[in-house]
Amino acid sequence: MNTTPSRMDRRTALKWMLAAAASTALASRYAHGQGPAPAAQGYGTDPDLLKHYKPGDVWPLTFTDTQRRTAAALCDVIIPADDRSPAASAVGVVDFLDEWISAPYPVQVADRGIVLPGLAWIDTESSRRFGRAFAELDATQQAAICDDICHAATAKPEFREAARFFATYRDLTAGGFYTTPQGRQDLRYVGNMPLATFDGPPPEVLRKAGLL
Amino acid sequence: MALITPDKLKSSYDVIVVGSGAGGGQTAYTLTLEGIKVLMLEAGRNYVPETETPMFETPDQAPLRGAGTPDKPFGFHDSTIDGGWTVPGEPYTSANNERGRKFEWWRARMLGGRTNHWGRYSFRNGQYDFKPRTRDGLGFDWPMDYADLAPYYDKVEMLIGVYGENDGLENTPDSPPGALLPAPKPRVGDLLFRKHAGRLGIPVVAAHRAVLTKRLDAGNLPAKLHPGNPTAQRLVREAMEGRAACYWATDCVRGCAIRATYQSTTVHLPPAMASGNLDLVTNAMVREVTTAPDGKASGVTFIDKITGREHRATGRVIVLAASSGETVRLMLNSKSARFPQGLANSSGLVGKYLMDTVGANFSGQIPALEDLPPHNEDGAGGAHVYAPWWQYQEQLAGKLGFARGYHIEIDGGRRLPTMRTTSGLEWVTGGSYGRKFKEDARRYYGSFLSFSGRGDMIPNEDSFCELDPAVKDKWGIPVLRFHWKWSEHEIRQAAHMQQTFADIVSAMGGKMQQPPEKDGTKAIANGGVIIHEVGGAIMGTDPAKSVTNQWSQTWDVPNLFLTDGAPFCSNADKNPTLTIMAQAWRAADHIVAELKKHNL
Repeated sequence: MNTTPSRMDRRTALKWMLAAAASTALASRYAHGQGPAPAAQGYGTDPDLLKHYKPGDVWPLTFTDTQRRTAAALCDVIIPADDRSPAASAVGVVDFLDEWISAPYPVQVADRGIVLPGLAWIDTESSRRFGRAFAELDATQQAAICDDICHAATAKPEFREAARFFATYRDLTAGGFYTTPQGRQDLRYVGNMPLATFDGPPPEVLRKAGLL
Repeated sequence: MALITPDKLKSSYDVIVVGSGAGGGQTAYTLTLEGIKVLMLEAGRNYVPETETPMFETPDQAPLRGAGTPDKPFGFHDSTIDGGWTVPGEPYTSANNERGRKFEWWRARMLGGRTNHWGRYSFRNGQYDFKPRTRDGLGFDWPMDYADLAPYYDKVEMLIGVYGENDGLENTPDSPPGALLPAPKPRVGDLLFRKHAGRLGIPVVAAHRAVLTKRLDAGNLPAKLHPGNPTAQRLVREAMEGRAACYWATDCVRGCAIRATYQSTTVHLPPAMASGNLDLVTNAMVREVTTAPDGKASGVTFIDKITGREHRATGRVIVLAASSGETVRLMLNSKSARFPQGLANSSGLVGKYLMDTVGANFSGQIPALEDLPPHNEDGAGGAHVYAPWWQYQEQLAGKLGFARGYHIEIDGGRRLPTMRTTSGLEWVTGGSYGRKFKEDARRYYGSFLSFSGRGDMIPNEDSFCELDPAVKDKWGIPVLRFHWKWSEHEIRQAAHMQQTFADIVSAMGGKMQQPPEKDGTKAIANGGVIIHEVGGAIMGTDPAKSVTNQWSQTWDVPNLFLTDGAPFCSNADKNPTLTIMAQAWRAADHIVAELKKHNL
């Protein structure tokens, strides 16, 4: 919406230039690539609560193809497919992330200022270490980067800011994923349906919790 | 009579009720079923829970997965319309914005007001709560006893439907047989709470909430509620027959399309409307209560928010039930030669002794709740158990360092996943991602319990509201400026909550992200945040020291009544809504009797 393709191309170019300068301070890498804050309106104080909304219905989205590719790759590193549920990107989480960082509300605007530079950083870092964008790395290479930034409390000083991005991104990805039907099913959430009676926890639950 | 536009107003009404929430709804219900002609004015829009409530919509169907925003602070599917901590075009101000000094004001602009989204906790105040000054020398006694309000608690419980049990606990009154509905079975986290808190001497019993765990006894209750009034009995029976029992799904804050919970819109207003004695105007922002030359209230002026035009309505009795803050604001804005400080304010106390509930939270991760077999924990859309205050005697003996108690509310379990469910897990997962994160999410889902303290606040001189000298809303009506200060009693109470909750989490074998906050000033929520604002026009026995008498009738203006939380002169730890309704019913009975005697 506020980001034209040509603008992004310039930003991408800048990103690769920065990648070459490995000594560049992290903070300065965060200073670019954020994009302007959304100017769109929110849904107001009296929205239709029965309508089912999709990302892009209320405010325009942001991600360029490049950002989208990186976002999807990182989502799926965080929530890959396994035998119980699909990967995050397969159930619309990338669209959700785009909706989130494009929203005109304070929390989301702040997250935009973390996520967009974070996605740029992770591509820069991928390029620095392995010469390719994050989405093009193999699983071991992706893990090498993510292992450095996945735990803010123990991250090395040079990765602390990236770790804050990762924590935000993981929360958003997980929230986006576990609120889908597939995510709810993965957690074995079995409610949100009318019941004739509420019978309380079954014996196997009480037993497991040490109450029987 | 029905939902009307301002051009259809009758020339005069017996009673004008400003506000349609718990107080206004109960007042209009009682009056109209006694044949009194009532005009109700609501500042928000009409609201129809039966067709507007998102009962089974899931977060993925909402923008931002339903997360709260300034437009919908408690989440997209919360029932609140045109409200929250801010209302566009209707500001309020705080004299001091520091933590602990700021007051935050939740409003709703919709028919039924805040009753559409409230937590449905319905506790009776006990005898100590009516006579706190007699008991510990602090605050103010109510100008009545528990026994005076008890019959009205009985009636309100029977009318709205409250689940709970009688536990015979101190200052936690039992209800008469047949007044309460069966309590829902505890969830597994509730049982753990009961077991481990019990070992610490904290009783965990059935919560009392206004949710129908079975259908109301429409055959018998109406005669108990309205003896000798067959018309009222018929209307109430029909209204009760129109309410379904809870089907054990969806959070009550969304409102309830099947009328299984109490909302003014689904319980009080349907029989009042069906009586033919109620005219209702929505989008009516009342500016002022007008007075006649004899000093009595004569009516109100209001702005039709749709057209922007000002209208006038006339009535023999004026009832303000607009929320404590809005009721006070209206009184202060109703100035005249006779009442230069605002209506019914010869005492100078209108706006004074504003109270909220003391609030502090603490949560823990409970290993015993990890990896539980899948089972449905939705239940009654809110809490099934709680812990009433348990240290009355130790407190009275001065052993605790603060004068008033709190109850404990519990939340958690395997609820409908939201953005929060899997957020902020790093402190338990060590930063996992990938397949390990998915395993962790399954393991920890439903294993967090959070405890909220809800405590008594003693009224004080530093917590009040007044008209802001400069700021006006978009209709040019002066707005409120709030002043707030907690006393040491509340601050120490909040620290005590923290320690107690940490002790409970420890007793359960739980993990804590951080230690309990020992500094009560950091633990305590800002004034107003618990959304239990009461006081501001306190009742009493002395016209120089109070604004109303025990009937919520203002001393200065005998035909002006306040039936929301404004006349509360103490704020027990018990959530105020049930007491607002019981007192509104009692005040309305008084209005009926006084109208019959031509005293108003």
